[in-house]
Parts: sequence; structure tokens; C-alpha cells
Amino acid sequence: MMDFNLTEERRMLQDTLRRFLSDTYDHERRNKVIASGAAYDTDTFQSLAELGVLGALFPEAQGGFGGTGFDLATVFEELGRAGTIEPVLTTLLAGGVVSDLAGDSQADLISSIIDGGTVVALAHSEPQSRYDLESVATVASSDGADVILSGTKAHVINGAQAQMLVITAREHGEQTDVEGISAFCVPIDAKGVTVVDHINVDGTSAATVVLDDVRVLSQARLGAAGAAYDVIELATARATLAVCAEALGAMESAKALTIDYLKERKQFGIAIGKFQALQHRMADMLIEVEQARSAVVNLAGHIDAPRNERERHVSAAKNLIGRVGAIVAEECIQMHGGIGMTNEYALSHFARRITMIDHQFGDVDHHLERFIALSVQ
Amino acid sequence: MDLNYSPEEQAFRVEVRQWLSDTLPRDLSEKVRLGKRLTKEDSVLWHQLLNARGWLAPNWPKSHGGAEWNAVQRQIFEEEACLAHAPRVVPFGLSMLAPVLMAFGSEEQCQRFLPRILSGEDWWCQGYSEPGAGSDLAAVKTRAVRDGDSYVVNGQKTWTTLGQYANWIFCLVRTDPDVKKQEGISFLLIDMNTPGVTVRPIVLIDGGAEVNEVFFDNVRVPAENLVGDENKGWTYAKYLLTHERTNIAGVGFSTAALETLKDVAGKVQAGGKPLAQNPLFAARVAQVEIDLMAMATTNLRVVSAAAKGQAPGAESSMLKVKGTVIRQELTALLRRAVGPDAMAFQPDYLEGGDNVDMMGPEHAASAAPSYFNMRKLSIFGGSNEVQRTIITKAILGL
Ligand SMILES: Cc1cc2nc3c(=O)[nH]c(=O)nc-3n(C[C@H](O)[C@H](O)[C@H](O)COP(=O)(O)OP(=O)(O)OC[C@H]3O[C@@H](n4cnc5c(N)ncnc54)[C@H](O)[C@@H]3O)c2cc1C
Ligand SMILES: Cc1cc2nc3c(=O)[nH]c(=O)nc-3n(C[C@H](O)[C@H](O)[C@H](O)COP(=O)(O)OP(=O)(O)OC[C@H]3O[C@@H](n4cnc5c(N)ncnc54)[C@H](O)[C@@H]3O)c2cc1C
Repeated sequence: MMDFNLTEERRMLQDTLRRFLSDTYDHERRNKVIASGAAYDTDTFQSLAELGVLGALFPEAQGGFGGTGFDLATVFEELGRAGTIEPVLTTLLAGGVVSDLAGDSQADLISSIIDGGTVVALAHSEPQSRYDLESVATVASSDGADVILSGTKAHVINGAQAQMLVITAREHGEQTDVEGISAFCVPIDAKGVTVVDHINVDGTSAATVVLDDVRVLSQARLGAAGAAYDVIELATARATLAVCAEALGAMESAKALTIDYLKERKQFGIAIGKFQALQHRMADMLIEVEQARSAVVNLAGHIDAPRNERERHVSAAKNLIGRVGAIVAEECIQMHGGIGMTNEYALSHFARRITMIDHQFGDVDHHLERFIALSVQ
Repeated sequence: MDLNYSPEEQAFRVEVRQWLSDTLPRDLSEKVRLGKRLTKEDSVLWHQLLNARGWLAPNWPKSHGGAEWNAVQRQIFEEEACLAHAPRVVPFGLSMLAPVLMAFGSEEQCQRFLPRILSGEDWWCQGYSEPGAGSDLAAVKTRAVRDGDSYVVNGQKTWTTLGQYANWIFCLVRTDPDVKKQEGISFLLIDMNTPGVTVRPIVLIDGGAEVNEVFFDNVRVPAENLVGDENKGWTYAKYLLTHERTNIAGVGFSTAALETLKDVAGKVQAGGKPLAQNPLFAARVAQVEIDLMAMATTNLRVVSAAAKGQAPGAESSMLKVKGTVIRQELTALLRRAVGPDAMAFQPDYLEGGDNVDMMGPEHAASAAPSYFNMRKLSIFGGSNEVQRTIITKAILGL
């Protein structure tokens, strides 16, 4: 029977997380962290780990206590609602690749990832790859018992904050073959690894990672040679669900700020929320955000489905979230007037994050094309 | 109807293009092309180059040193200047205050201020909006009380664009609090170096600080700086607003933005071929190009219909709404075009730093900040909602 309610356990996780974040985290605190030059607040990240947020991202078999689509959706919606910049997404993405590919052989690393002790980053995207997961030009060449990695990785989420990088590289095949891609665990301070950190428009951090003949033992390879693609795609699907839910949370916050503002702000002697020109757009926004919620639910419910069905839902959700996100960000700013454009006001953060999510793991057009392609198969 | 440019107009276009290519400094046009932020010196330099050629003030009569161009000439110049990536001419003195002074100011005020607007000696900013007076502009509260031969001003203006560079501000001030709100407003010129004036920057969503709060604490302003009659300021203010909207369609800006977008879409690779060849993206670009082609003509139709030298009436609201929607769509498409490279925030680069390590290609650095910055187009100069209300009342009669 269909049931659209969260289970008791998830409801508790949601409540705890929402309360913790609304008590301890806000726009001002985030801005202070960013202004200090730090990529994120280490205390907040540790607290999130202690609350079980990271554990909720992984199944029991991998040392966590969750890992289903609805666990991810619950966690990330709350993170989005608060507008956090802590490295939870990278933990899901890179941690997922490590645990799915390596399993027990990396048990210590995985447990350290789940307790927040080690931050891992997935160095997969490249300057030319745009949103195509299979585009890998970085080369892995065997040299006796060693493997030598060379190439450039771009947009590596929290690349400079990680202690461990999961680097993908091609062992054989053409640049866009799905076959031939492997993943390697490489410490951030390995010889030949250069990490250039940068802050993103939305306050999150990413890095460019240059690999200049980085020599690793072949044991650093996670799983079988050349066979990492399916796991990369699955981890990306889960990360896409995460950012869709995060966008949903951010949209809820942007919408709530706007509703409050329409009630508070007076022009021409009355609250601007009394103008029907704004009321109807607010009503449309509510409808769109409910559609966004349903898209997240659909994807969460199909994240463990067979590959094609899952990926079709990935593209459906990401396309819809991208469209609705643009509407919400633009309309919320517009209905605020000048105030909506100021950095000091929390809406600016939500608008930037919602918009930048369209640039992560594929935008509206990328997923529309992909949805069409997956639908005719 | 004749959509062809006359031989004179074609010759004018050639002349403008040649002059731009001879005169516009390359480092300046590169900054504009790449969406970097301009310094005060950049703007002043361009202002003076235009002034030296006599092309700074297209709307002004020749008697005051203007070019007195017609609508077609203005559009030609605008297009060519934008395509050459010339900086925007700062409009506050030239196209906002000057028409008000010519229409309502005294002979002395014209003599005193107009030449200094042309020379660039004075940088004006617009002191209309206040925290409580946005769309409801007539609600301004900043008080000016007559005391002997001066006014004493107390209050606050906000969103003052480029106020950090300005030495003069034209303000709407309340001189009579006891009458209908439109009837107690005066138009006052205030020297920003007067004691009691404080300017505080506001950082916007794109990380830049182009607007300010301006505070007035017992600022003494000579009564001779009043424009026209006391308590008639609302009439002058509205006159200015229609002039503010003359170039509001932004056809030149959009034409240049479309060129940039096509250029970038030709360079960016998506799925193994240039993004420009992706049917979804190409369709979006074509759609906005079609809108822009019509807009260019809508703009000319409206502007030419207005009496010579006059600003168009309520029809300019139409130009504002559609023109800004097109400009915003173009920035949204550029943001999309650059893909994941839109994410990196590179303020040092945008502020004009030379030796900064770039993340991603140069054309990507300003895409997201510009997209966010351009949200302002539908908010300022009378929000697009306010424009629609004007259309509803003044054109539709509803
Ligand atoms: C195919 C069809 C089937 C229908 N079936 C049923 C039915 O089964 N049962 C039933 O009871 N009725 C039915 N209706 C009638 C329908 O409910 C009315 O048409 C509707 O309530 C609008 O009223 P009206 O036609 O008098 O238009 P008006 O109320 O005169 O409205 C005209 C226009 O003004 C707009 N408008 C009106 N008031 C406002 C406002 N305050 N703010 C903004 N815009 C406003 C409307 O949206 C509309 O565009 C049906 C109508 C159609 C077309
Ligand atoms: C970047 C930027 C630069 C600016 N530069 C200047 C400057 O140099 N000088 C200056 O004086 N001002 C400037 N402004 C201010 C600008 O003119 C105001 O922001 C604008 O008038 C809107 O006022 P507000 O921001 O107070 O919004 P509000 O008036 O509070 O409006 C909030 C929302 O309500 C809507 N709304 C308001 N009334 C109605 C209504 N009756 N019906 C339907 N919807 C309504 C608005 O459209 C908007 O969506 C600038 C603003 C920005 C953002």
C-alpha cells in the first residue's frame, strides 16, 4: 500500500537534524566561516557526524544504519533548508565509491569516513567532461607493481579539504568508453598531486587536482581494473538525489522567507502580499515546489531500481528540480525587490545554492536529453 | 514602412564603428567583454573620450553640447558601442538629471552643472529610493527643512548606484509632511562632500558592491540647489523616470550578449561537439534571438513615435518589461552554457586582478555573477510589476 509518510526513525532523524541546525546554524554563522577563509565549520561537521547524519547515508552492511533513498532525501533536505556548506555531499559521493568498490578491504577507511574523522573527495570530473560521466582522459599506466596516474581533475568537491582522494583514471579504451575506468585511493599528500582550492559562488568549495606522474601501489586500485564505471554512475545517482533534496530544502527556505516578507513589507500603505500580482505567483511557486517534492520522492523511491529505471528517474528529477529551482530563485528575489539582492540577507545564499545545483551532476538540458535517450531504449 | 537604413545612416554606422575601433582602449573593451568590474577611472576615461568626440550626450540639444541624434542614430550608436564592448556610460548626470535641469532648472543651474556633467568633473548619483520608499516612491521621508538661505536635510537614501564614486547626489526630499504625499516632495541637489553625508556600501548577491546607503545627518544645503519650485519635486521626478526608461529596452546590450553567447557556445564542448550544435541549446538561443529581432523593431517603433527629443510615455513600460526579460534570459543561457565552470567564484579576477590563477576558461568567470547581478533589471527603474500596472492603467484603461 502506498504510504507517503516518513517512517518513525526517519521522522526522528529529521526532527533532530532540523532542531540542531535551526539552533546552531544560520546565514551569519556561515558567512563568518567563509569570511575567515575556512571551507566549512569543523565543529558543525563533527556534530553532524555525532548526530548520525553520515551514518544515515550508508547501509548497515557498510557500517552505517541507513543508506536508502529516503534516508538520503531526509538528510539532504534538512541540510538544504539550513544552507550548510559542510562536506556531507562529498562523504556520500566519494564514500559511496569506496564502499561499493572496495567493501571490506577498506573497512577502516570507511568507518573513519562515517565517523567524520576522514574527509574523502571524488576526483572524477575533468576540464573537458562537462556533465558526461564516461569522459575520462586521465591515464593510469601499470609499471610493475605500481600504477602511474597522470591527468587533470576539475570541480572536485572539497578536494582541498579531503585527506584522501578517490581518483578515477583510464586503464584502457577511448576517452568516452565506459569500459576501462578504474578508481584509486590516493592520499592528498602523495608525490605529484597538486591541489588548487577554490570557493564556489554558493560558498561551497571545490578544487582542481593535477596529477603529475603520481605513483601508487596497485593495491590502491579499488575493485577490478577498468570496471569502476557502474559504481561511479550509481554513486552519482545517489549524489544527484542528495542535491535534488538539498535544493528542495533550500527552496522551502527561500519560499518561507518570501511569504514572511510579503506579509511584513508594506508599500502604498499595505502589505505587498495583498497585491494579487504577487499572490498568484506565490501560489504558482507553491505548486511548483510541491512538484519538486514529488520529484524527489519519485527518485528516492527508485534509487535501488534496476539501472535504466533508476537513471531515468535521476534525469527526470534533476531536470524538474533545475526548472523549478530557477523559477523559485528568480521569483523570490523579484518579489523581495532590492533586499532580495543583498548578500547580507539569507535569501541570497539559498538562491545561489539552488542555482548552482543546476550546474552539478548535469543541468536541465543535459538531463532532458538523457531522459529522452533512456526512454526510447 | 521602410526597414532599410538610409545611405546617411549606413555611413553613420561605418563612422561610429571606425571611431570605436580607433579610440576604445583594448584593455577596457576586454574588461567589458569578460564581464569584469570597472573602476571609476575606467568609466571616467570612456566618458572623456566620448565627450571629446561630441558623442557623449545623444539626447541633449546641440546648444548644450549634445549630439541631438534621432532614434535610429541612437540605436545605431548603441548597437555599435555594445558590440565593440564599450563600457556603459554612467547615466545619472547625463540622461537623468540633465533633462530635468533643462526642463525645470534655472538658467544658473544649467550653466553651473551641465558643463561639469559633460566634462566628467561631477559624478552624480540618484537619491530616490529609501528603505520605506521603493515602488511607493512618493513615500520618501528624508526631511529638508528650510532654515534661512539653506535647507537642513536629515534621513536616508538607499540602493544608491555607484554612490561611492559620486560627489553630487540629486534627491527627492520631503519639504511638507502635512499634505498628500506627492505634493510635499522637492528635488534637491546635494554636494556629497558636505559635512553630515555618510556613504556605506551594500554587498550584493554577486559579491560586488555597486550600491550604497547614503545617510544625511543635519546636512546644510544652499537653497539655490533646489530645482524648480518647492513641493513640485514629484512632477520632476516622474519626468526623470520616463527619461530613465528611454534606453531601457537594452537592445544594444542584448545584441552584444547574444554575440558573446554564440561565441561561447561555439567554444564549449558538450557530448563531443560544440554546444552550439546541441539542438536543445540551439533552440533556446534561437528563441531569444527571435525575440530580440522583434524587440529591436518594437523599440524603434516606440522611440520614433515619441515627439522629437521627448521621452516615450507609458509605452516605454512595454520596452522595459520585454527588454529586461530578454537580457535576463541571455545571462541565464550564458550561465548554462559554461556548465560546471559557472560554479567557481573568482572575485579577484572580476575586480580586474591580472596575476590571478584562473579556474576554468576566462569566458566562464563572470557568467554566474552576471546572471545574479542582472536580476536587478526587473527590480530597479520601476519594477516590472509596477510597469505592468502602468500598462494596465495608462494603455489598457483597466
Ligand atoms: C468548460 C467549463 C466547465 C465548467 N463546469 C462547471 C461546473 O461543473 N460547475 C460549476 O459550478 N461551474 C462550472 N463552470 C463555470 C466556472 O466555474 C466559471 O466559469 C468560473 O467560476 C468563472 O466565472 P465566470 O465565467 O463568471 O467568469 P468571471 O468570474 O467573470 O471571470 C472572468 C475572468 O476574470 C478572472 N477573474 C475573476 N475574478 C478574479 C479575481 N478576483 N482575481 C483575478 N482574476 C479574476 C477569471 O479568472 C476569468 O479569467 C465551468 C466553466 C467552464 C468553462
Ligand atoms: C541594483 C540596484 C540598483 C539601484 N539603484 C538605484 C539608484 O541608483 N537610485 C535609487 O534611487 N534607487 C535605486 N534602486 C532602487 C530601486 O529603484 C528599487 O529597488 C525599486 O524601486 C523597488 O523598490 P524596493 O526594492 O523597495 O521593492 P518594493 O517596492 O518593496 O517591492 C517588492 C516587490 O513588490 C512588488 N510590488 C510593489 N508594489 C506593487 C504593486 N502595487 N503591485 C504589484 N507588485 C508590487 C515589487 O514589484 C517587488 O516585486 C536600485 C535597486 C537595485 C536592486
